[in-house]
Amino acid sequence: MKKYSAFSLLKNALSYHENWQKVWRSPTPKKEYDVIVVGGGGHGLATAYYLAKVHGITNIAVIEKGYLGGGNTARNTTIIRSNYLWDEAAQLYDLSLKLWEGLSQELNYNVMFSQRGVLNLGHNLQDMRDIERRVNANRLNGIDGEVVSPQRIKEIAPLINISRDSRYPILGASWQPRGGTARHDAVAWGYARGADALGVDLIQQTEVTGIRRKDGAVVGVETSNGFIGARKVACVTAGNSGVVAAMAGLRLPVESRPLQALVSEPVKPCLDTVVMSNAVHGYISQSDKGDLVIGAGVDSYNGYGQRGSFHVVEHTIQAICELFPAFSRVRMNRQWGGVVDTCPDACPIISKTSVQGLYFNCGWGTGGFKATPGSGYVFADTVANDRPHPLAAAFNLDRFNSGALIDEHGAAGVAH
Amino acid sequence: MSRNRLESHTGATLDFTFNGKAYQGIVGDTLASALLANGVDVVGRSFKYARPRGIFGHGAEEPNAIIQLGAGAATIPNLKATQVELYQGLEASSVNGWPSVDFDVMGIIGAFGRLMPPGFYYKTFMYPKKLWMTYEHFIRKAAGLGATPVEADPDSYDKLNQHCDVLVVGAGPAGLVAAREAARTGARVIIADEQSEFGGSLLASKQTIDGRIATDWIASLVAELAAYKNVQLLPRSTVFGYYDHNFLTILERRTDHLALSAPSGTRQRIHRVRAAQVVLATGAFERPLVFAHNDIPGVMLASSVSTYVNRYGVAPGNKLVVFTTNDNAYQTALDWHQTGRQVVAVVDSRTNPSGEIVDAVKALGIEVLVGHGLIEARGKKRVKAALVAPINESGTQVVGAVRYLDSDLIACSGGWSPAIHLSSHTGAKPVWDPNIVGFRPGASKQQERSAGACRGTFDLAGCLAEGASAGAEAAKLSGRGDGGLQFPGFSVEEYSEQPQQALFLVPHTQSTSRAPSQFVDFQLDVSASGIELAVREGFESVEHVKRYTALGFGTDQGKLGNINGMAILANALDQSIAETGTTIFRPSYTPTTFGAIAGRDVNHLFDPERYTAMHRWHQQQGAEFEDVGQWKRPWYFPQSGESLQKAVNREGLAVRNSVGILDASTLGKIDIQGPDAAEFITRMYTNSYLKLAPGKCRYGVMLKEDGMIFDDGVCACLADNHYLMFTTTGGAAGVLAWLELWQQTEWPELQVYFTSVTDHWTTATVTGPNARKVIAKVCNDIELSNEAFGFMDWRDGTVAGVKARIFRISFTGELSYEVNVPAHYGRHIWEALIAAGEEFNITPYGTETMHVLRAEKGFIIVGQDTDGSMTPADMNMDWVVGKNKAFSFIGKRSLQRSDTVRENRKQLVGLKTLKGSDVLPEGAQVVFDAKQKIPMSMQGHVTSSYYSASLGHSIALAVVKGGHSRLGQVVYCPLADGRSIAAEIVSSVFYDPKGERQHV
Repeated sequence: MKKYSAFSLLKNALSYHENWQKVWRSPTPKKEYDVIVVGGGGHGLATAYYLAKVHGITNIAVIEKGYLGGGNTARNTTIIRSNYLWDEAAQLYDLSLKLWEGLSQELNYNVMFSQRGVLNLGHNLQDMRDIERRVNANRLNGIDGEVVSPQRIKEIAPLINISRDSRYPILGASWQPRGGTARHDAVAWGYARGADALGVDLIQQTEVTGIRRKDGAVVGVETSNGFIGARKVACVTAGNSGVVAAMAGLRLPVESRPLQALVSEPVKPCLDTVVMSNAVHGYISQSDKGDLVIGAGVDSYNGYGQRGSFHVVEHTIQAICELFPAFSRVRMNRQWGGVVDTCPDACPIISKTSVQGLYFNCGWGTGGFKATPGSGYVFADTVANDRPHPLAAAFNLDRFNSGALIDEHGAAGVAH
Repeated sequence: MSRNRLESHTGATLDFTFNGKAYQGIVGDTLASALLANGVDVVGRSFKYARPRGIFGHGAEEPNAIIQLGAGAATIPNLKATQVELYQGLEASSVNGWPSVDFDVMGIIGAFGRLMPPGFYYKTFMYPKKLWMTYEHFIRKAAGLGATPVEADPDSYDKLNQHCDVLVVGAGPAGLVAAREAARTGARVIIADEQSEFGGSLLASKQTIDGRIATDWIASLVAELAAYKNVQLLPRSTVFGYYDHNFLTILERRTDHLALSAPSGTRQRIHRVRAAQVVLATGAFERPLVFAHNDIPGVMLASSVSTYVNRYGVAPGNKLVVFTTNDNAYQTALDWHQTGRQVVAVVDSRTNPSGEIVDAVKALGIEVLVGHGLIEARGKKRVKAALVAPINESGTQVVGAVRYLDSDLIACSGGWSPAIHLSSHTGAKPVWDPNIVGFRPGASKQQERSAGACRGTFDLAGCLAEGASAGAEAAKLSGRGDGGLQFPGFSVEEYSEQPQQALFLVPHTQSTSRAPSQFVDFQLDVSASGIELAVREGFESVEHVKRYTALGFGTDQGKLGNINGMAILANALDQSIAETGTTIFRPSYTPTTFGAIAGRDVNHLFDPERYTAMHRWHQQQGAEFEDVGQWKRPWYFPQSGESLQKAVNREGLAVRNSVGILDASTLGKIDIQGPDAAEFITRMYTNSYLKLAPGKCRYGVMLKEDGMIFDDGVCACLADNHYLMFTTTGGAAGVLAWLELWQQTEWPELQVYFTSVTDHWTTATVTGPNARKVIAKVCNDIELSNEAFGFMDWRDGTVAGVKARIFRISFTGELSYEVNVPAHYGRHIWEALIAAGEEFNITPYGTETMHVLRAEKGFIIVGQDTDGSMTPADMNMDWVVGKNKAFSFIGKRSLQRSDTVRENRKQLVGLKTLKGSDVLPEGAQVVFDAKQKIPMSMQGHVTSSYYSASLGHSIALAVVKGGHSRLGQVVYCPLADGRSIAAEIVSSVFYDPKGERQHV
């Protein structure tokens, strides 16, 4: 892999950019792999990358039904933070945040991780109790964060409305300075390029249609382009996890729902941080291009269509206008939907299954993007060693039998 | 007269300014036509390279002329000058360019464009790591087009919900005749068009229909439609989204053509339309040709040049070169010729064009260069020349000498792309048709059909015929008419057209990577070489290329650039456009004002505020309020200058020593009736209600399926098969939905009915040792003695002349009467109780005191002391779980799970700080060892914490791992300020541990 740098850019500019290397190969699938990763989104590509990089397993294929990074990686609002309430979740997301902090250099691909901070607003006394509790827990877990006053919020985000007269006045917020945003496509492409360079085969436009098993163990996958053998199959198919699990006769405790997001037309820089509110229910940041990037809740029905209902968009924009009355005259440029797997406790599943050699990484709900590096890291470890990574152990499937749930509805940022 | 205004075109003048300079336009102008009339060339700078840009199109497709309208609170960013109707006093400015759009220092960046190919930012700015935020700081400085206002929006916006039989989108020829055919069947028709006038392309046409000039024909048709009572005409109305179940959204701009801010009424409104049938007649966009420096001001769409000439009386230049791949654009040469200005040449990529219109142009003595390409435009801020050269038949190579054509205006046409956006919103997959060199709408997924140019039918006669059929068919399918046509045929004079050539990227003498930039997406400076580079780097999916190059991400959403981009991509991949496919168009069709989408549900109407019947009384007493769900509840009642703590101390002591009164009206109340009511309630709560007799109440806890506490409250048996369930204030709606969910989906066989009666009743809680004496003064038809009316009983009676239900339930631990009366009598009862209590110094108290009093008793508040991970046993409330119920109850099975019965779960305890004056902060984490290093081992947290005036020291409730077996142990709360407060684990009941005071 040829290294990217300002120098390589200059060098290639001199030859009219006619000599750039391909970011990844377009290989023909082999007959058999040590590991097949089903799903070429951010999490799947990160899994393949760390399997190759950390565990030395390079006989891997990532099989993607569409194009790399085309699912929720392409559709999210790019928010990154680790201020989760419970130890298990906080540690997993903070591992991820730490990986984000060196990811551009690790991958030699600028994922534009921008630590411009995240505010989670409180609008009533119970919100503030929950914020105090979460920030205290974060602090004792070694995760940055503080509780800030409305005046401090106004300094951080000058256009926000902190009037006491608003319907749900802002009483305070948690502030995580290490949080921020990243360029979502670049994450998928960076991991893909890195994985490819380590020998991973990236197979696009190939749909997995079945999971072949023998004597209770996985032997490979049926695809739209024929059977491909595998000793281990790792499924990372957010939005369709239930469908893929059913191919192996498994039922997962996930519900797939449309989640929508939208962007405004690009405007001059006016919001330098990420602002989230559970109570009025919206979140917003501004991209480096100038778009206001906005999201909110999931639709109330299950479905696989990457569209959503207009009334959800209406409510989202009402929330944004409530927080930022000045944005009322800005215009919505584009809206879209993704499909998210939601778990009953708003936490993911990173787990072995009852089928030998079959693993699932799913259920990230509305918050999977921020976890991409950490998710791939612990899942790769889980797959490579056929036992849960210590930070993944709490996210096993068995918790839905034992009752050891990790209820992150409060910190998940979006009501599931 | 402005220099480019044709003398034939007159009208009242309008004054306006652009970038601070004064100009005049004419009524009917858009800002774009007025600027062109005044000879303004440079209206903006491109996003990435800051290249000077001029007006390119004449409508929603415009990529360059992005302007900021007005200033101050009502300023609007990013409008397209082509869509802004001119009004007197309009002020507009460019969104980029410093110190001016004519001389932009950022233009220097353009000189380094080669260092900024697509995705360059992924490849650099990585080292040293710590500098990224600095790099980004400067990248961000270049972000954005216009600027958002910084004040609240002075305008308001409306919504309108509508149903119709047939919604016609677009009022061009196809849409208008569709609407007429549908209208005459009696169908309810809505026809919406984004422009100020109906007529679409015909507004700029000199064609005749049925012997009449197009504009006259339109006028009479519009008049005819307006006469129908069943037809609603919506000009200035953009259908911007097409959602499931034939739900479409229309943005109507009501006052934007009059002033920056609405002179009166609402500025815009959204029609939320549920249509039985839809006719899409959205027209088509002309496609630019991709040649070198095709972005210089003075390069325009051929149809735009014609539109400015014919509709606005503006000739935006002097010496025109037409560059085309089709017959259609020859019309522009004819239109221009009529202005008396020079047509330098028509450059036609086809080797042997032979249409009637070609002959008509030649007959005027205009030079037609066949088999030629316009390979490059020259000029800096305005076209000065066009470079033309012979090209090969397939349009891939320059095959002859280059010739300079002196010109200042280039009108280009690469054919037409159907506006398939709305059909794409439905999920229909567009289909490439090589015959029309464009994507047609895919097979319908909704009750819709396309007609006219948006379906790839470009001749006028065809558009009219299709429109009429579509209108009749839509009406029929909506249940109106028989599908027959009133006007089956139209007589139209038009040139028959010969086949066009599929040409997108025009060859240059140099390779694409070395030629001057050949722009595909003007707004985002995406060039042909950028697309080819993306392919060279291995991005093969159309979505990857779009994302890597930013093709189509602008505010024009790629209306001009996308097809060219995909064609260039297909060519680079050596595959067909059909194989390459297209990206997906999504709402909004054109950008839509946030305020309009929000509508009226902003400010104080963002969410309804709910008040109790005594709200005004509370206000008069100077109460401070707390938001609980949608309710405004009195938080505390400060007397002059009192702090929260002082007020709470006073209020609490009054309850403990004499009597207090609380407005408890906000608690959720659900009336439950039916023969299976008791059985149903017993399944919802953990305890049993089968034997609860009329006149009795019982406290219950509800669990979710996972065994965790979800809500709590008292349920009273009002009569046989009739119950009243109280819920928490915030949980009321959720509990009702929960009951309905289980009844409707799991146990439909149970006959039980639920009615929310929260707002029907006012509840005044009179509590304290003197409560009975107060009640006795206003109620003489209930025997109030403890023996006759005991704790957890309820009675019907009359209070201050009003029929009331009185419940003896207590959240303070004191003798309590909760007086319920119909809400209309709420304030009367409240004041009567206050008057009756005067001699006992009855004291109104708010939620804060309520919290303190209940915490003194160790009563939990669901949602504060629980968080969705607490079982009844965790809360020390095993007693509320009926272990031997005949049927199960929700959550029962989960209470047996291994994690639920695990030792060392977090359990509710009391905490007493070693120093009684220390009040623990709520949300403080609990650790056993305060000296450990971070990350600390956290054992629980403080859920509730107060200073108790009755006890003279602070009290707290907390959940602590294994807390029930740790009484007497000391734990620590490490705070953010570095302190660590020590506290002893004690019983969660601080006051009256035997519970005697509520039973007196």
